[in-house]
Amino acid sequence: MNDWLLLSFDILILFILLGLAWLTCNTKEIKRGVTLFVAFGLLLAVIWARLKAPDLALAEAIIGAGISGALLLKAMRDYTEQTSLSSETSRFYVWGINAASLALFVLLAWGLWHALERSDGVRLAENVLITTPESGVSHPVTAVLLNFRAYDTLLELAVVFTAVLVVLAMGTKQRDFGKGEPILIAMVRWLAPILIVTSGYLLWVGAHAPGGAFQAGAMLAAAFILMSMTGVRVDSMLNDSSMRWLLVIGIGVFTITGIVMLLINGHFLAYSKELAKMLILLIEAAATLSIAAALTLAYLGGMPKPQQKTQSAVKIDKTEEGTS
Amino acid sequence: MLQELLYGLAGLAVFVIGLRGALLHDNWLLRLLSLNVCGAGVFITFVAIAYRGLTLPADPVPHALVLTGIVVAVSAMAMALALGRRLRSYDD
Repeated sequence: MNDWLLLSFDILILFILLGLAWLTCNTKEIKRGVTLFVAFGLLLAVIWARLKAPDLALAEAIIGAGISGALLLKAMRDYTEQTSLSSETSRFYVWGINAASLALFVLLAWGLWHALERSDGVRLAENVLITTPESGVSHPVTAVLLNFRAYDTLLELAVVFTAVLVVLAMGTKQRDFGKGEPILIAMVRWLAPILIVTSGYLLWVGAHAPGGAFQAGAMLAAAFILMSMTGVRVDSMLNDSSMRWLLVIGIGVFTITGIVMLLINGHFLAYSKELAKMLILLIEAAATLSIAAALTLAYLGGMPKPQQKTQSAVKIDKTEEGTS
Repeated sequence: MLQELLYGLAGLAVFVIGLRGALLHDNWLLRLLSLNVCGAGVFITFVAIAYRGLTLPADPVPHALVLTGIVVAVSAMAMALALGRRLRSYDD
């Protein structure tokens, strides 16, 4: 009886998932597409919770629905022109794509079925679950992220950093939204401190329960983005150089820890057992700050420029355009 | 096994739907949305494989990889939006 209930829930949720994905990818209106995409992100969070991945559910609810929604809404704001309907696309091209997509799906489905059917049940999971107590933290996902596969996480922070460098290179901060409605301001005044405290909690709890640097960083960024949306000048809280320090502190602390461990233990990022918990917490705290700074800057759309420099920046922009 | 297959197939379907949308749109913002849906499909399949029924704990390794993937996906989207904004400022 319980199995059937669960199965009908699964089928229902998968129907909504496929429907939302289809609508998001086939709408011709940008506003509608963005709204559907945010709904799709929220549904993903439910699916992660169903598949016993609470870490992902937390991250997806903050990032997939919250932060990417804010990013897209801000991008949409400047997008007033009518969407160009793909009128020139030939029927032949559309049918070709449809047939190729269907063929690709059949091929992938066949591959997945074989992978599941032929699987011998040997997983990395057993190794991870057995060795987690030695990693310095008791939550397996955090152990994988910051101990067993710390290389991956270091390089992933580098990818985020590079993406933000591109955003910074593309121009200075975009204009803010105006002052928000009184109700919104009052709500954010209550919410922002709660979000910041929750972010600290998520960082700490990551050692033994779902949570960790990524969720905490995203939550902190969400607090700043929310404040920025109501017209608070977030960028005036921090000057240029402290923002830069916040951006690099994650990779910096991670790399320095790795090199120190290389000198002590002979392997890059091989923690000493008794120091592991403290080192992981140190790296996570630094990574939280960096991720929060990166996501906030990505939302602002560039480094805020001091007031007196704005004039010259505009001039440089104009000369660039003149030469190109 | 049934749940893994169901969610895995749904993930593949989402991947293909996103890819098809990205190929068919000629508006860059809608194409970006489709590409993000396409990436989410990969995540769903990956997490579906990590699921091992109600009794066993799920495999934490794919979870860690998808967690970094979600953060990378959102920063890649921010980068694409910044590039698109710059591109349009030249069009005007």
